[in-house]
Amino acid sequence: MSGVFSPGRAKIKERTLRTDKWWLEPAITFGVLFSFVIYATFRAFEGANYYKDHLISPFYSPCLSEACVPEAVILGFAPVSAEILNFALSPALIILIFPLGFRMTCYYYRKAYYRSFWLSPPACAVAEPHTKYTGETRAPLILQNAHRWFFYAGLVFNVILTYDAIISFKSVEGEWGHMSVGSVVLTLSATMLWLYSLSCHTCRHTIGGRLKNFSKHPLRYKLWTRVSFLNHYHQQFAWYSLAAVAFADIYVRQVATGAWTNFYFF
Amino acid sequence: MTRKLNLRIWRGDATNGALQDVIVEANEGEVVLDVIHRVQATQMGDLAVRWNCKAGKCGSCSMEINGKPRLACMTQVASYGDDETITVTPLRAFPVIKDLVTDVSFNYRKAMEIPAYEHPKELAPGDARMEQIDVERSQEFRKCIECFLCQDTCHVIRDHEENKKSFAGPRFFIRIAELDMHPLDTLKNRKRTAQEEHGLGMCNITKCCTEVCPEHIKITDNAIIPMKERVVDIKYDPARMFAGLLKREKRN
Repeated sequence: MSGVFSPGRAKIKERTLRTDKWWLEPAITFGVLFSFVIYATFRAFEGANYYKDHLISPFYSPCLSEACVPEAVILGFAPVSAEILNFALSPALIILIFPLGFRMTCYYYRKAYYRSFWLSPPACAVAEPHTKYTGETRAPLILQNAHRWFFYAGLVFNVILTYDAIISFKSVEGEWGHMSVGSVVLTLSATMLWLYSLSCHTCRHTIGGRLKNFSKHPLRYKLWTRVSFLNHYHQQFAWYSLAAVAFADIYVRQVATGAWTNFYFF
Repeated sequence: MTRKLNLRIWRGDATNGALQDVIVEANEGEVVLDVIHRVQATQMGDLAVRWNCKAGKCGSCSMEINGKPRLACMTQVASYGDDETITVTPLRAFPVIKDLVTDVSFNYRKAMEIPAYEHPKELAPGDARMEQIDVERSQEFRKCIECFLCQDTCHVIRDHEENKKSFAGPRFFIRIAELDMHPLDTLKNRKRTAQEEHGLGMCNITKCCTEVCPEHIKITDNAIIPMKERVVDIKYDPARMFAGLLKREKRN
């Protein structure tokens, strides 16, 4: 017997006496994240329908494989073979580790999936089912400390996805100065990704949180206060950006398959 | 307006105990501690409950109300429905002494393990000067009233008694953070000991400590995560690794 049933503690047989719907939030989180994982896995392996008329799906950008649609490749840079060990490699699989790693090690998502997937704990003051717990002190969870590595990589991705959003302001014929629903969708996706990255706890620390003397670094202090403001909404940006990226991919896929027409405003 | 309130109170000691139902009067504006005192005065003269200020500032009346760690003096009876039974139990992360009173000495032992502030040798007492913006971060942590609700709700020790040896808990992570962010503190190894001796790595950021804090201290966002990031600075940061700074910082 351990935990709340340990000898010496108040003898109460219930694992929790909470009367509110404490299970609702982890259940919703599980449902949404699991749905995203299923969809993202399907799309990552699909290897098609990711580009159409200057719109590229964020799941496939940057497109680094020789198998990429030529228009989707940035500056002709596609160094990765289309096949590895006779296995046709989807271009998404090459880059997926970076956004996936960034979200997996994110301080907010850690809370979300530790609660909803691993039940550690499922909710506050609700006894978890595990008999042992070592937290993030040993492999594999000690790798959560790699968040900063993924943060730096994520910034590079944000630059590339911003470039993709800018490119989407071209007409089908390639002329600048046009705007479609796709432009809005990709711009929104890139914007949300920037807000998610800039509100990140690692960003907050790197920009100024690590300082002992704010007064000696007034510029960094000012930046730190701005990032701290954004950081307050990090959870919201985590969800908004996830939804925006998923919708951007769905939109590009629908346009690429011909199911939807990309409407041009001008 | 007075109403009849169904109250379930855990009564017992370290060897045995059970929830007991009572019906007690509750007046408009009263808090849970008020009705517990009324039960004590009218029905259970030997009911043990720890309290002091009745203003949410002493941290004495910590208990669990309908399963949530809360201060009884800051929990309005009116926040529960008219037909709702209110269940009060002692903190479930610590050994019970009697009824609603627990032995929280674990926290005082942990407090003694945190090295104190170390003043710069070259600075005479009274000569220290600090800018307000350098003090603000630490001031948030000084609001702590040591109610130990964060310690109680933290699943690292609540659900795993064996972790008490190696885990200081959120209350003491804010103490470590306060000192590590202090512009004048000269003790150099707080980050490393936070992880290697006080169990910072055990925390998995599920934020329950922040949720229950009656002083609304952002324990996770402003103390634990910044401390984890400071540990990353000295142990796992790619830029610093490549710059070869890691070795130099190890000496700190």
